[in-house]
Parts: sequence; C-alpha cells; structure tokens
Amino acid sequence: MPQPDPMIIAGEPFSSRLVMGTGGAPGLDVLERALIASGTQMTTVALRRLDPDAPGSVLDVIERAGSRVLPNTAGCFTAAEAVLTAKLARDAFETDWVKLEVIGDEDTLLPEVTELVDAAEQLVADGFVVLPYTTDDPVVARRLEGVGCAAVMPLGSPIGSGSGIRNPYNLAIIREQVSVPVILDAGIGTASDAALAMELGCDGVLLATAVTRAHDPALMATAMRHAVEAGRLAHLAGRIPRRLYARASTGFEGMPTLSPDPTGPEATRTYDDRPDL
Amino acid sequence: MKVTVNGEPLELSEPANVAELVARSAESTKGVAVAVNTELVPKSTWAEHWLTDGDRIELLKAAQGG
Repeated sequence: MPQPDPMIIAGEPFSSRLVMGTGGAPGLDVLERALIASGTQMTTVALRRLDPDAPGSVLDVIERAGSRVLPNTAGCFTAAEAVLTAKLARDAFETDWVKLEVIGDEDTLLPEVTELVDAAEQLVADGFVVLPYTTDDPVVARRLEGVGCAAVMPLGSPIGSGSGIRNPYNLAIIREQVSVPVILDAGIGTASDAALAMELGCDGVLLATAVTRAHDPALMATAMRHAVEAGRLAHLAGRIPRRLYARASTGFEGMPTLSPDPTGPEATRTYDDRPDL
Repeated sequence: MKVTVNGEPLELSEPANVAELVARSAESTKGVAVAVNTELVPKSTWAEHWLTDGDRIELLKAAQGG
C-alpha cells in the first residue's frame, strides 16, 4: 500500500483525513468504538451548560481514542456569541484551534456568512487557528482565506441531512481558488459521498451523523475511513476522462477475418475516435 | 446575594468566588469554562473573581455535538 500523504493544517500533519463530529451518538460507549474505528486524529466537541448528573466525559472518550479535541461554536447565531464561545473553549480545552460555526436559521442550519467572516477575522487577530464551517460559495471561501483562516470547511448539503454533495462543481471551484486545506463538512450520508468529496480534491472530510446515527456506527466509521482513503488515492492517481461512447480496451488490429464475406463489416472496423466529454 | 447559575437562581449566604462555585458542581475542573455576565473568566483567575449580586454565571463543559 502506498503511504498516505498527510493533511497539513496550520503546519500540523494529520495522517487521517477524516475529522469526526460527536453529535447524535446514542451513548459514549458507542461513540468511543466509532471514533477508534474511524482512525480519526481530530474530533470536534461543543460547549454546553455543565450538568453535574451527566455520566462520563466526552473528553475522556476522545483522549482514549487517541484524537485531539477540536472545540466548535455550534449553536451560535452571531459573531459575538461565536467569539465568546471560542474564547471559553480555549480556556476549557487549552487549544487555540476552533471549528467556527455561525448559523443563520434553525430550519436549514446554513451558515450566516457575514457574521462568520466577522467572527473569523476577530478570532484570527486573537491568535486562533480558525476552521470555519461555510457554504459552498467560492467567493465566501476566498474571503475566509483572506482573513487568515487555516482551512475552509464548505458544506455538501445541510447538516444532518445525509443528502451528500449537492453541488460538486462549487467544491471543485473552491479547491482551485483557495490554497488552504478544504474540508467537506456536513451532508455526508454514506461512504460514497465521502469518497466523492475526496475525488473532487477536498483535503479532508468532517462528518458525524452519518456514523453516529447509522445502524452500526463502528462499522460505518470503518467504511468512512476506507472511503476517505480510497477517494484520496483516486484523486492522486487521476481518473480517466468521461466519454459518451465506449473505448475498446482491446483494439481491432490483428483481428482475423472469420466471416465468409471478406469485405464484410469486420474489414472496415476502426477505433472509436470520438472526443472525451 | 442572589446570582443566576446556568439560568437557575441561586442564593449565596456568604461571599463566593468562581473557583468555589465550580467546585460545587464539578468533580474536576478539566474541560470546564466559566462566563460571568457574558465575559470569559479565565481559569487562572477563578479564585480571585468574587461574585456580586445579580451576576449571571454560565458554567460550561464539553458536550457531544457540532
């Protein structure tokens, strides 16, 4: 097997290109098995009110799975809320990395991009390594890179929808137009979605629900690990062009004339020279 | 002195600092963060940050999500 090339974010290498979320798991034991199966090296957590009666600690689970913690600002609707949440997370988890989320409405959970760019700018100025969850808009992705984000994380489709990648062309454009890592975040439903993201040139995939709400989360985590690796290798290998018509893998040259009519169609058969799509 | 902790009213009979308030609710300070009146109170200053009447305190920790 070829050695996988690492994903490098803010100078730090990650041999796993699968970033895991933690939402939706029915229990911490299920989450732990899924995180271990995924092989992830970066797992995101939210910050919520302390409940003295809640059993176990998601931080301990992530630690045991050998992953670093990536705090997020899930649930924030304004730049001010997100900036304060990021600062609280830095104090709680002793990391200046943050998955920046600023949501626009409760139905679509789509990013509020004006607040997002504002929050990103403030956090970068304060020394944070900012990984923003954003739309699949290449112009916004360029803005986020411009204010100093360490990566951009466009959505494939709405959070938790499992609808896959609705606009692969935009992702391909984003990948061409920014130089920081592009991590597909949100919308993954199954392994082929994750593989497609990687084939399109994304540097990594972030997913949660597709694993945590699968019938067998640890098995789906294994599938996702392989899908991300397969997609990356396929991207590096370079796919063949798409064609409308067949292209024979075995040519007609040297074909014997086996028809009783030596001037029949076999005599004039040639390669298809129609162009690629 | 009346304060609000995670949205619930709390009556304090004597002065308390943030470190003492955290110790009432959490076994460990690992992964815990505190905001008072929508300002971060850094962990390093919890013992010196005394609560005042009407303070709104948020005690936070890591949770699944995002």
